[in-house]
Amino acid sequence: MAAVRTSSEVALNRIAIAAVLIATLIFLAPIYWIASTAFKPKELAVSVPPTVLFEPEVTPFVRLFTKRVQMQKTVDPQAYEAAPWWEKKIYDGGERVLKVGKDVQLSQYPDRFMNSLIVAVISTVLAVGMGTFTAYGFSRFKIAGEADLLFFILSTRMLPPVVVAIPMFLMYRAVGLNDSHIGLIILYVAFNLSFSVWLMKGFMDEIPKEYEEAALVDGYTRMQAFFKIVLPEAATGIAATAVFCFITAWNEYAFALIMTNRRAQTAPPFIPSQIGSGLPDWTTIAAGTFLFLLPVAIFTFLLRNHLLRGVTFGAIRK
Amino acid sequence: MASVALTNLDPASRAAARGWSDLTIRNMFIIPTLVFLIVFNIFPLIYSLGYSFTNFAANRSEPWQFVGLQNYRELLTDDHIWSNFVITAKYVIVSVAGQMIVGFGLALLLNRSFPMKGLITTLLLLPMMMSAAVVGLFWQLLYSPSWGPINYVFGLGDFAWLSNPDSALYAVAITDIWMWSPFVMLLSLAGLSAVPQHLYEAAAIDRASWWYTFTRITLPLVSPILLIALIFRTMEAFKTFDIAYTMTTQPTAELIAIRLYKQAFQQWDTGKSCALAYIVLIMVLAITNLYVKYLNKVKER
Repeated sequence: MAAVRTSSEVALNRIAIAAVLIATLIFLAPIYWIASTAFKPKELAVSVPPTVLFEPEVTPFVRLFTKRVQMQKTVDPQAYEAAPWWEKKIYDGGERVLKVGKDVQLSQYPDRFMNSLIVAVISTVLAVGMGTFTAYGFSRFKIAGEADLLFFILSTRMLPPVVVAIPMFLMYRAVGLNDSHIGLIILYVAFNLSFSVWLMKGFMDEIPKEYEEAALVDGYTRMQAFFKIVLPEAATGIAATAVFCFITAWNEYAFALIMTNRRAQTAPPFIPSQIGSGLPDWTTIAAGTFLFLLPVAIFTFLLRNHLLRGVTFGAIRK
Repeated sequence: MASVALTNLDPASRAAARGWSDLTIRNMFIIPTLVFLIVFNIFPLIYSLGYSFTNFAANRSEPWQFVGLQNYRELLTDDHIWSNFVITAKYVIVSVAGQMIVGFGLALLLNRSFPMKGLITTLLLLPMMMSAAVVGLFWQLLYSPSWGPINYVFGLGDFAWLSNPDSALYAVAITDIWMWSPFVMLLSLAGLSAVPQHLYEAAAIDRASWWYTFTRITLPLVSPILLIALIFRTMEAFKTFDIAYTMTTQPTAELIAIRLYKQAFQQWDTGKSCALAYIVLIMVLAITNLYVKYLNKVKER
């Protein structure tokens, strides 16, 4: 900051950095707890006092992905010896993996996870795609009532999901879109589109008009100029917008709870529904939660620089 | 000859001569989005406005009747609904205030250069990347009176955060603060980094105190962005459903969105829930409008 730094300033700086580190640890503690519970033996998840250090296991993940039943009698030693390592883990826990012939019966989790992936990826591509085109339109052409239209677009985001969900539920039921991927994708696009338009407009306004005008003079058509000049320039904005839309669609709960039940159900309503009555198996729930956080964390980490810039952009331009 | 004639035209009409006109492109780029938003946001709202004047129930096939303003009259005189609004107001105030303080505080601390700053900032964003429903579910374990780490660390014995009617709402708010403070932090950091450095240098030369610099330079310059964060978080907190719904079944933590969900999809009182949805909608719009007006005032200064 200033050229002259007094010793008290240096001390203050050190205290601030220490405070940041402590705050970070506090903020990450619950996430550590989820991640570590996903690798705990079942009994350590609910131990008193809570277990911090333990030998990690993968049993919760095996349980997450398989259909199992409680064993009625002790396992046949020969069958135990012949079983693969992960099945032995299940035997050790007093359970048996269900099979049809030789095929292991999978739990519903992989299905729900795939549903989440399909719905989140497709809706993100559509919302960001449409948002980019629309933002370009608003940024470059004269439009009557532009401010009102933009406010209308933003206002669609103000509606509580449950409010929209009631009529959408009735309409979907009438046309048979209930419990379908397409139905959920449409809702998520509608939900994310306003945000996508607003964020992308900030980026489009930043790209100098002269770039396309030069391209037009060079004999490009307007569409060629858009695809070859404007889009590459807007890459950072597109990445930041995609991260936000993906996080929202990936984690959405209310619409998914109301609009889906079997075929198209995503993981957010599925994981809590598994808790059932009696003592919940927190290790399996944690394993499901941990796996579900991974795609978003990886996606965000890869695009982190764009993300920080993206927020800064939209927020600073007033 | 033709090529000479073309070079004399301005770029836009030259492009128009070869491809779609700008007007076509503009319409192609904008109209699908507008149509899409109208069909999937405005049309459903009109549809439910109609139903709000009926006694329609989505799970029965009996014909429904037009009941006029009866649904609205019943809702506005129902103490239960008003208590849901009071709970929601408490929740919004506690959780948004908490997020603003924690988030802005973190941003003030982070607004200096130190090793691994980027990594720490990214790590701090992790809570807001999680599914609120799953976060709510998992915080049940953290809050557990018998084996939860929170009670153990703070020595609270067997205090039942989520089943105690007095604490359930605040327990949910704490989780929400944990989840969304990073968002306020992110926006605040953006605002803080935009404050021109020379202002601080001038203040340092004048030997201005830290407090003076903070209240006279930092705060006024970041207040518009803080207001934006406040608007976003208030709107979102008002709509909260998932986190509270999966965390607790305490009636003292029944937010208006949960009440609405139960009325629509558990009691199947569709007509009346459409009316309630409208009351909520009008409140959201009113709050947003107040904020936007205030924001415009702050910006003008």
